[in-house]
Amino acid sequence: MTTLYTADHEWLAVDGDVVTVGITNYAQEQLGDIVFVELPKIGRQLKKAEAAAVVESVKAASDVYAPITGEVVEVNDAVTGEPALINSDADSKAWLFKLRIADKSELDGLMDAAAYQAHTA
Amino acid sequence: MPAPDAAPLPLKQTPLHALHLARGGKMVPFAGYDMPVQYAAGVLKEHLHTRTSAGLFDVSHMGQIALRPKSDKVEDAARALERLVPQDIVAVAPGRQRYAQFTNAEGGILDDLMVANFGDHLFLVVNAACKAEDEALLRAELSDSCVIEPLTDRALIALQGPKAAAVLAKHCADAEAMRFMDAGPRKVMGLDCFISRSGYTGEDGFEISVPAADAEKLASALLADDAVAPIGLGARDSLRLEAGLCLYGHDIDTTTTPVEADLVWSIQKSRRNGGVRAGGFPGADKILAQIDGGASRKRVGLKPEGRAPVRDGAQLFADASSSEPLGSVTSGSFGPSINGPIAMGYLPAANAAVGGTVFAEVRGQRLPLRISNLPFVPHSYKR
Repeated sequence: MTTLYTADHEWLAVDGDVVTVGITNYAQEQLGDIVFVELPKIGRQLKKAEAAAVVESVKAASDVYAPITGEVVEVNDAVTGEPALINSDADSKAWLFKLRIADKSELDGLMDAAAYQAHTA
Repeated sequence: MPAPDAAPLPLKQTPLHALHLARGGKMVPFAGYDMPVQYAAGVLKEHLHTRTSAGLFDVSHMGQIALRPKSDKVEDAARALERLVPQDIVAVAPGRQRYAQFTNAEGGILDDLMVANFGDHLFLVVNAACKAEDEALLRAELSDSCVIEPLTDRALIALQGPKAAAVLAKHCADAEAMRFMDAGPRKVMGLDCFISRSGYTGEDGFEISVPAADAEKLASALLADDAVAPIGLGARDSLRLEAGLCLYGHDIDTTTTPVEADLVWSIQKSRRNGGVRAGGFPGADKILAQIDGGASRKRVGLKPEGRAPVRDGAQLFADASSSEPLGSVTSGSFGPSINGPIAMGYLPAANAAVGGTVFAEVRGQRLPLRISNLPFVPHSYKR
């Protein structure tokens, strides 16, 4: 399983034709205490760069964009019930949604861990 | 959009800037100053710490102004200031402070402020974003009878929360005897401070004006107490919203009158129709008519029924389908002590009854909000 990153601070764990999407630890540090999360409906067809989810801190609402085109096949109800999970475990337990990949070539433009680290340095 | 070559104005720094950096403050531009929005603890913990212990806030960006009567009689400065505000300033006794608003000819609010009687002059605290305009207004209108002296060499520190009084008492023998809205010069750690027992959180607490050169010494001494944590602007905003207090530029501005803003309590009977000094301030005709006959719209508290925060600017509707908005949200956030979303906004008087439901449009959906009493969290002032 490979993990890729977007310039908008999302991570994607690729497993066959499904990707799991979350926001990075760097992103949650920037946002601060998360108090509300809104996730897409299962079955929704998302286009790359479309607003897919919303995470809100005390101060502000931030969109999470679909990193690639695909259908929502699963969402993480644990984070809607406990938004602070994003602050404690953004990289793993606090994944947001899973997409069935429509076009694998869209993965080519994403960053690997080293490139993302340089991006946030 | 600014021209590409237009350099942003350099941000000003308060006398506590180095302390914010040393304590891990996350700095953001605010009203032209580089200010801490939060520290490492984060907005939620900072908010809750203030409600249960004591928080220290740097509010040095706010304007501090001495209004000195040329006659040396403080009542002359009070009478002069009454030409600009709908409050009874003459009745503010020496050592006391009062909340006020500068109004315009249309009855709108130019700024809100605190006015304290220091015995021989008045001491004003005004909003950072308005201070240049406020000073210009005071000079233009009151220079015949008063000397307007901006106190630019002073910092302002707020110490707020249930443990604030006990903490300050260790450095200032006079602190605990003060009541809510008492104000005046006091020695703190031997420093020449001005203290008021007031604040912007709904908690008991103090605002302490201190010479800029001594600010870091005082702040560090207060922060050395286990009960005290530094608090950023993020928690300052969530604390004041839970307390139902207005933020200038959001909940009140030049288009809202004090009556519409539900601030009639701050206008004493002496300045209303039938009072001994009725009217005589900008916009008096409109404001006094609204006090007698009611305003067409009103600031209300709003509690979203779901978990989603409803933010400043969201439009409010009577039901889930109507196309014509009733009003809009002017402040909206998550209330850490409430553990849920809270907001304030304006509604037509006919739709503003507590307990009613309105709908806010958020990301294309209509979310129900209950019209609620303010404050959301009861005030704990030491009266």
